[in-house]
Amino acid sequence: MIAVTAAEEGLMVCHTCGLLSAPSATDHHPVCPRCGAGLHMRKPDSINRAWAYLIAAAILFIPANVLPVMVTGAIFGTQSDTIMSGVVYLWTSGSWPLAAIIFIASIMVPGSKLLALFFLLVSAQRRSTWKPLERTKLYRVVELVGRWSMVDIYVAAILTALVQFQALATIKAGPGAIAFGAVVVLTMFAAECFDPRLIWDPLLRRADG
Amino acid sequence: MANAPRDFDVPEAAVAPKRRGSFSIVWLIPLVAVVIGGWLAYKAISERGPTITISFKTAEGLEAGKTKIKYKNVDVGEVKSIVLSPDRSGVILTAELKKETTPYLVEDTRFWVVSAHIAAGGVSGLGTLFSGSYIGVDIGKSSKPQRHFVGLEVGPVVAADLPGRQFVLHSDDPGSLDRGSPVFFRRVRVGQVVASDLDQDGKGVTVKVFVEAPYDQYVTADTRFWQASGVDVTLDATGIKVDTQSLASILLGGIAFQAPPDGPTSASAEPDAVFTLFHDRTAAMAKPDTDAVPALLYFSESLRGLSVGAPVDFSGVTIGEVKAISADFDEAARTIRFPVEIALYPDRLRARSRHAIAKPTPAERKARFDSLIAAGARFQLKTGNLLTGQLFVALDFFPNAPKATIDWTKKPMELPTVPGGLQELQKMLADLSKKFHKLPLDEIGTNLRLTLQTLNRTLQSTDAFVKHLDAEVAPVARGALEDVRRTLTTAERTLTADAPLQHDLREALRELTRAAQALRVLADFLERHPEALIHGKKEDQK
Repeated sequence: MIAVTAAEEGLMVCHTCGLLSAPSATDHHPVCPRCGAGLHMRKPDSINRAWAYLIAAAILFIPANVLPVMVTGAIFGTQSDTIMSGVVYLWTSGSWPLAAIIFIASIMVPGSKLLALFFLLVSAQRRSTWKPLERTKLYRVVELVGRWSMVDIYVAAILTALVQFQALATIKAGPGAIAFGAVVVLTMFAAECFDPRLIWDPLLRRADG
Repeated sequence: MANAPRDFDVPEAAVAPKRRGSFSIVWLIPLVAVVIGGWLAYKAISERGPTITISFKTAEGLEAGKTKIKYKNVDVGEVKSIVLSPDRSGVILTAELKKETTPYLVEDTRFWVVSAHIAAGGVSGLGTLFSGSYIGVDIGKSSKPQRHFVGLEVGPVVAADLPGRQFVLHSDDPGSLDRGSPVFFRRVRVGQVVASDLDQDGKGVTVKVFVEAPYDQYVTADTRFWQASGVDVTLDATGIKVDTQSLASILLGGIAFQAPPDGPTSASAEPDAVFTLFHDRTAAMAKPDTDAVPALLYFSESLRGLSVGAPVDFSGVTIGEVKAISADFDEAARTIRFPVEIALYPDRLRARSRHAIAKPTPAERKARFDSLIAAGARFQLKTGNLLTGQLFVALDFFPNAPKATIDWTKKPMELPTVPGGLQELQKMLADLSKKFHKLPLDEIGTNLRLTLQTLNRTLQSTDAFVKHLDAEVAPVARGALEDVRRTLTTAERTLTADAPLQHDLREALRELTRAAQALRVLADFLERHPEALIHGKKEDQK
């Protein structure tokens, strides 16, 4: 294995235009000579930023699940549903597949995403060399699946727009929907900030050492 | 490392000016998230109202998470869970109320289930047919907070904040009164019955009525309440009078009140003042018998038909009533007698004099009773209704009654009685039969027989006499009769039309007529020629 990385050579790739350049040793903030974008050895402040987004997402994950996502008003009175109560309702009323889909898309996926990012961040920070390939695959999955969690928000938004029959029935998005949307967006940001190369870096160092 | 010699050319990166500070802006994001989350949490916690429990007998129509709690039809909370009570006698609702209701959750705040209700008085809660039952709240006036409530089985008729006053009525028979029955004042509906409950001892019924403002001011301390239920038919000298309140009260029953017309105008009654509920208007408007004198009457006759409450009547005026009847063995006389306890209302006997009479002193009263008894006043059992045999006690004057006095040492006083009318009749019949018994019927029979024999003999002699008459007198009589007939025949012959006597008579009469005519002619001539008397009749002067 020709274990030569750009980093080992002290070279950086411009994230904007892709130009490989060698920053001067003394300069802490090199810029791309071609497009002027900042140059970083790895995604700048990757772990920190990912942590910040992750923590924010984790905080908002609580109101997202506790507060009602959708408020249904009908002549029989208003009813507000959280995600979980919707799942429970679907499950008890026999729509198991639908309940499963919503549970997986809206609760399991964001939850497991949070857990996965947490695990990746901790392991990257501790420079763990444990199963880097699997961790990279996990990261790819996290990145891929992120947007699909918006399905809930999507449904609520469409229903809110469609069901507006004044006295008969109205549907409004609850505060939980905003929090939930924020969770999804923030986890996507966190995944974006995390630099998967950090998974491999400690491996090289160890091989080096 | 960065300065290690490379075997390929890479352009050197340019130098950027040094960044200020090392704090990464990205940490603002979790900060904002914390702020938002904290704010949401604060809002959720601060808006979270009190949680209360309400126990009901049944959870009919209630649904956890759906059933609302409403005050004046405004949502103030929601039922969160419904569980059976530990002793399974009912259900316990856990409800979460809005924060602003906290000060209203006091001791006398009431909860009840509102559902569609159809009764004779009206239909209510139809809206719940669509929206489902909800729990109504009536906010109490107490200031003592409470978190566990016992739900009412039926909603209160009157909301706690309705201005007006509540009064308590006592009755031994509430008739058809029920919650919601109307209360009338001069036939205007001014309130309703809010509760009707048996007394603790079961001897009566306590009816609570609510009179709405401003009509509650008409309830004064001496106001009388009576049952306006049904139809009151009075038959008196002026004819039949049918008295009713509204049609609804005929069906539902109701209560009317009014102050007696001659009563003093007093101040409005206090809330929760206690009144007696009279059976009808007449009873209500009667003078109150504030002054009841107990008395004891001993009767020796059967009390069958005399009931407690029967009137004590004096010439048609009820002056008291029977309080108790019993049987008593009189040791001294070794007989059984029947004591009847009565209550007399001397006020009813009081003269309606111009001047208000002060209440008589006990001594005066004793003197009055004594004088009455001395004048022959006695109590007597009389039959009020021959059909049913109902008895009543009558006070009447019997001047010939044996002398009696009142023993004032006894409590209650014992008043003298005389046997009642029916018993008197019985006694008379007995006396009569006794007299009959005393009659010498045998002797009378013997005499009668002798008389009859004598009569028989007399008749026999009469018979002989008649026979004798027949034999002796009859032939003579027949001869006499024949003579009479002969005489009559002769007379007849004489008097018939062709008898010679008749003929002669007719001839004579004819002659007489002719004579009379001649005489008249003569008289006429003489009248015209009076000289003829002297000169005689001349020849015709032609």
